Amino acid sequence: MITVLTLLPLIGAIIVAYVRRERAARALGLTVSLVVLAIALSMLARFNAGSPQLQFVERHVWAPSIGAEYFVGLDGLSLLLVILTCLVIPFAMLAAWKFERPSNAYVALMLGLESGLIGTFTALNFVHWFLFWELSLVPAYFLIKLWGGPARSQAANQFFIYTLVGSVTLLLSFLVLYWVTRTFDLIQLADLGRSGELVARLRPQPWWPTLPAETLAALVFAGALFGFAVKVPLFPFHTWLPATYSEAPSAVSMVLTGVLSKMGVYGFLRILMPIFPEQMRAALTPLLWLSVATIVFSAFAAFAQRDLKRMLGYSSINHLGYCMLGIFAAAKYTGTDPSWTLQKAAALNGVLLQVFNHGITASALFCFVGVLEHRSAGLKYIDSFGGLRQAAPVFCGLMGIATFASLGLPGLNGFVGEFLIFKGAFPLAPWAAALALLGLFATAVFLISMMQRVFHGPVTERWAAFPDLRRSEWMIVAPAIGLMFALGIWPNLLLRLTNTTVANFAAQLAN
Amino acid sequence: MLDWTIYISFAGMLLMVFIPKRNLSVVRGLALLITLAGLAIALNAFLHFDPAAGVVPIRKVAWIPTLGANFFIAVDGISITLVLLTGIAAVAGVLFSWNIEHRAKEYFAFYLALIGGVYGVFLSFDVFLLFVFYELPIIPQYFLIAIWGSTRKEYGAMKLAIYSFVGSAMVLIGLIAAYVIAGGKTFDLFQLAQFPFSERFQYWAFPLVFVGFGILAGLWPFHTWAPTGHVAAPTAASMLLAGVVMKLGAYGALRVAMTLFPLGLQAWRHEIAVLATIGVVYGGLVALVQRDFKFVIGYSSVSHMGFVLLGLMTLTTIGLSGAVLQMFSHGVLAGLLFGVVGRMVYDRTHTRDLSQLEAMNLGQALPFAALIFVLAGLASMGMPGFSGFVAEFQVLIGAWRMYPTLAVICGAGIIIAVAYTLRAIHRSFFSNEPPAANVHALPPITIPERVGSIMLIACSLIVGLYPRLLLDIINPSWDSTLMSRLLIR
Repeated sequence: MITVLTLLPLIGAIIVAYVRRERAARALGLTVSLVVLAIALSMLARFNAGSPQLQFVERHVWAPSIGAEYFVGLDGLSLLLVILTCLVIPFAMLAAWKFERPSNAYVALMLGLESGLIGTFTALNFVHWFLFWELSLVPAYFLIKLWGGPARSQAANQFFIYTLVGSVTLLLSFLVLYWVTRTFDLIQLADLGRSGELVARLRPQPWWPTLPAETLAALVFAGALFGFAVKVPLFPFHTWLPATYSEAPSAVSMVLTGVLSKMGVYGFLRILMPIFPEQMRAALTPLLWLSVATIVFSAFAAFAQRDLKRMLGYSSINHLGYCMLGIFAAAKYTGTDPSWTLQKAAALNGVLLQVFNHGITASALFCFVGVLEHRSAGLKYIDSFGGLRQAAPVFCGLMGIATFASLGLPGLNGFVGEFLIFKGAFPLAPWAAALALLGLFATAVFLISMMQRVFHGPVTERWAAFPDLRRSEWMIVAPAIGLMFALGIWPNLLLRLTNTTVANFAAQLAN
Repeated sequence: MLDWTIYISFAGMLLMVFIPKRNLSVVRGLALLITLAGLAIALNAFLHFDPAAGVVPIRKVAWIPTLGANFFIAVDGISITLVLLTGIAAVAGVLFSWNIEHRAKEYFAFYLALIGGVYGVFLSFDVFLLFVFYELPIIPQYFLIAIWGSTRKEYGAMKLAIYSFVGSAMVLIGLIAAYVIAGGKTFDLFQLAQFPFSERFQYWAFPLVFVGFGILAGLWPFHTWAPTGHVAAPTAASMLLAGVVMKLGAYGALRVAMTLFPLGLQAWRHEIAVLATIGVVYGGLVALVQRDFKFVIGYSSVSHMGFVLLGLMTLTTIGLSGAVLQMFSHGVLAGLLFGVVGRMVYDRTHTRDLSQLEAMNLGQALPFAALIFVLAGLASMGMPGFSGFVAEFQVLIGAWRMYPTLAVICGAGIIIAVAYTLRAIHRSFFSNEPPAANVHALPPITIPERVGSIMLIACSLIVGLYPRLLLDIINPSWDSTLMSRLLIR
């Protein structure tokens, strides 16, 4: 089932690349992504949320001599991200169709990207997982490189090379683990990591430079951490992001911020935290402060941006910073007191909600910026606009809802996730959480001032005739807006899915 | 049966002589037929190969009895992999030389002689025979470059020939010394390998023979023939040069130098591993600043062969298998990259200067070439899913155990590979310049080019997605009595 889900977009991509007419290619691409969504939803319906076991598991021998295995499965975390991927891709595809007139290759690369993302979120063997992790990079690179803004080449190269440096350190770390454990199975590695066996096996060996096992383990952890920290990104490894988001075509930015940025968070939850709990705890203080720095600095940096897409890029860093804060707070050592486990579960639940909600909200925001770009022939500077509210009330209303969802207004989806993160993080890491609140305020300030400058103010001559969203256009964003309300009012929709998985994580962290 | 790959190649060369000169299509057809037959034989043997059987003797005929030299052809998992590679590269090379019209008959005659020699090296288990076959390709290679080449072709051809002969001379001195010390009765690899050479002898004989072979494998700092030779050669010759001739060197180093002198290997392995790593990084850095498209690929070959040599020095099953896999992978991919640059781009645009190509924005004029180059480039930079990844991955696992520092440096080498590949992709096919008006007049990509490139990329993809296909055959070879003495347990 997961195999079908992963390969269908890839096959679709190959067919789309050979379709003659662009319109047919777009329609086919959209159909494929909707079919994938339908399959994912049917899996959601059959998913037993109460069971902590992996579900839909498929396991085949691949290349035993190098520990590679075809091993996929879903738990609440994976399923959540698969659903998010399957929602954002058709959304982006529709937006691209409407506002960017994509060619065959564009649609095909988008489908390839979807395949890479679904593979990443379902693979449970490192080799298998790494294949898809890297695979997703290639379509993203070409989407930016071929259809991006004026500085697209540098942005695409910076994006690719920066991420790849992270991938290489990650790879090197896992090769060490393979030498000492002879397995790439992420579940087995996590068991070894939790029991402390992993460090024991890293003990000095005759052929190894004389480093104590703990130092070696810390180095291996650092290599893996770097790989994920770049992807999230965690301050100070974020410098590739604003340029990339700003140069990428808006529909691609939707996927970048909606799903690609979640790959890093997923890596933290699936790989780093289970396999290296001790090393993570040892580095927790600096990591917590890095996450606070990410939240606060990016909020202030966003405030200073003139370019709307760069601003949303920094806002994305800011929102993922909350996820990092929640994860690091939950990783804190607290002993076996059960009340702490509850706080950890709250924080992690918040992280998962935030991942999903930010995916929906941020991609919607980029979609709106795409509309602005489309209507103004490529303008994306805040100062270029003003007084749009009178010319385009529907557009401004909908974008306003998405903006408020992004800044965490209660009743909309963003609030619940951030609330849960802070609820869990406050008792666990009071100072860090308190400082991070500063970021929360700054976010509100820059988003509202953005709205004020774009929507309000004097109506300039130029924008008096700004065409409002037509029905076919607002229909594209309607599902996203609907989800923002639905999840804000009834977050249990998601919590039901994640609770068991999170309880499982929290219980493991308590030991 | 497998020895027929050698015979038919040489028979094909002779047949070429009797074909009337004007009959171009017969000349090409014959070359394609012979190489296809070679590939078919290799593939058949590959599919029926029993990995558990160790070294399988095929033919042993007394040749020069007074010297103890036999015509001894045998095969094991390592040989069969490389024979298969030769078959694939040979067919692809013919497909990519379909446009040769100038003295086509001689061209394909030399081409087949070269192929025959290469098959011979991979299948010989008699050191003397191996050496003869090893010398053979130098002559056709020289003429292929000197007559049909471009850009300082005489210089490139002569440099390659001289480097090869110097290397061969070093190998020859070492081998004769070993032959004499072992009693002067036999050149049989198995019997020579049994002889307990003294440590003092091995200490100087090993580097002599290893470096002698290593020259052809692009061992830094003896690699300088490689870029100039590759650039000067006509497309098919550079495909073979990077695809299989460089592998001759690595194969000889493994099969002869390492198995005959295990003690010497132990004494020198650190130094050679360091040289290999320098090759990885240096080749990549130099590729990063080249202005000639073919030089980028030429230096990238040096870098990738560094992984092969590092893999050989790990002396663990996983690293050695990685090295053999990298030989296969690089053979396929370097062939493909040279095919794109030499045939698809250079033969059409008559320039390889990256800044001139940048102005042409070829991605729109030659979309197929762009697609293939992107795929081959991704594969050679080590993107998972292609053969290059599995190979370098295994080499790095092996290197982690023996040389952790070098493994990290080679990790940096991968990043450099990404940088120069992206740079080449950007400047050659996807620059931001508007396409020049005249590029649409470029002749379209022909069917043989399409077939050849799809065949090569498919090989890389199949091996990358299902590496067991080769690994199940390569891995058991290290257990044979001949090879198992290399391993450090």
